[in-house]
Formats: sequence, C-alpha cells, structure tokens
Amino acid sequence: MSHSRLKPGQYAILGLVSISAPLGDTLLDRGMSHMPPISLAHPSALLAAVFTPWVVAGIALLIGFFASYLTALSWADLTYVLPATAFGNVIVALLSKFWLHEEISPSRWAGIALITVGVGFVAQGPSRTEHPAPPSSPEEAG
Amino acid sequence: MIAGIPMPDANHWAEAAMIATVVLSSTAGEVLTAAAMKSIGDLDDIRAVSGLKGAIKAVVTCPLFFLGVGFLAFAFFALLFALNHLPLSLVAPASASLTLVTNAIAGKIFLKENVDRRRWVSAMLVAMGVYLLTQ
Repeated sequence: MSHSRLKPGQYAILGLVSISAPLGDTLLDRGMSHMPPISLAHPSALLAAVFTPWVVAGIALLIGFFASYLTALSWADLTYVLPATAFGNVIVALLSKFWLHEEISPSRWAGIALITVGVGFVAQGPSRTEHPAPPSSPEEAG
Repeated sequence: MIAGIPMPDANHWAEAAMIATVVLSSTAGEVLTAAAMKSIGDLDDIRAVSGLKGAIKAVVTCPLFFLGVGFLAFAFFALLFALNHLPLSLVAPASASLTLVTNAIAGKIFLKENVDRRRWVSAMLVAMGVYLLTQ
C-alpha cells in the first residue's frame, strides 16, 4: 500500500481533524471566560468547570477530534497531520466572515494565506516516512 | 533593572511558565500518541480485518497510548488554567504556533520522521499564520 497519496476517505478524516478542534476550543474558551478566576490553591474548582454546559460541549467536540486524529496518525506522520489541524483556524475565520459577518483584519487575512500555503505545501509531499523494514524473523507470532 | 536593561517582572515569568507548560506537555503527549499509533499500525487495515472493536482494542491495549493521553490530559488542564488567567489572544497564538514548531523538532528527533525542507517550511508558515490569525 502506497502511503504517499491519501484516499478520499483519509482526506475526509483530515477534514474532521481540522474543523472539530478549533470549534471545541472556542466552546471551551466561552465556558472558561465566564467563570471566576481559579486559584491553584483550589484545584477542585477546575474539575467543577469540566461539568459546565459550554465546557461539556467543547469536550464532546474534542473527543470527536481525538478519534479522527488517532486514525490519521495511524497512517500519516505527525508532522503531516499537524498542519491539517491548524487549517481548522482558517475554516473558523472564514465562517466568522461569511456567516457571522465579522470583520477580518489584514493581519488575519495574512495568517489565513500563510496557513493555506503551508498546508498546501506539506500536502503535496509524502504523508508517511517509510523506514527500512527490520530483518524478518522466521517465526512470526500469531 | 540591571545596567539599564529592563528585567521582566514576575507576571511575565508566570505568563511564560503557563504557556511553556501547555506547549511542552502538549508536545510530549502528541509525540507519545503518534509513537503509539505508529506501533499499532494502520487503523483502517485493522478495522477491515477485526472490525471496530478490534481497532479500539488495539488502541486501548497499548501502554504508550495511555502515557500520551496522560500528558495530553495534563496539557488540557494547563490550557484551562492558562485561559482562566490570561487572555485568549495571548494563549491561543503563543501555544498553537509554538507547539507546531516543537512538534516538528520532536517528530524529527523522537519519531525519526523525515522532516525535510518542505515540512520545515510548512511548519514555519503555518506557525506564523496561526500566530497572525489567532492574536
């Protein structure tokens, strides 16, 4: 099986990795920024924050992210998958522009361009490093 | 101040420590998780042979995976703590862009990935882009 080109289903997994992480982080931020400051002296307050609705929704999205992320890591390099996770920031920025009609500053447009070029750059290369196979043992387990 | 050089105050050190904790624990977790998934093999192939249960079993019986998840869980709580004390406009760009660079370094050293010029350039472009986008 060649690892240099991904199948359409694998690109779909990378798409899921891209979109679910920034959306989950956004929900976490909304949940945490509405809470009073938490001190290290009271770590139980940090645990209680986990059960607030916004944080629960954020965690649910991040679990979806983690499942698709693990699947991607099983057939692609970490340094190939990580730029795809960053592309989610571009999707969220474009959604905020065209769906929520928020203003995007020139520096944010520059960020979108840099991420898009960076992801396109790495996507053209091989998705996985092929290491030389270890010497085969005459008796394979199982 | 020493010889006219302004010294960072305690707040700046605390901010740097919070962000460094998120970045380093996240990098350790991602590298360990990636190592676990590499040792398990292609999950699509395992699922084709053993079904979804077989794929889940392959993941949850790998000790390296749990070590990675432990670091990622620590990074998650470190992120919650940082978000509670620092603005998102500081935590998000700093941790996201630095993590991309530290992961590229760790991927080359610990996972022996072929981080060629293409991947270095991509990591730097994406790190700068994330910084600009999230600040």
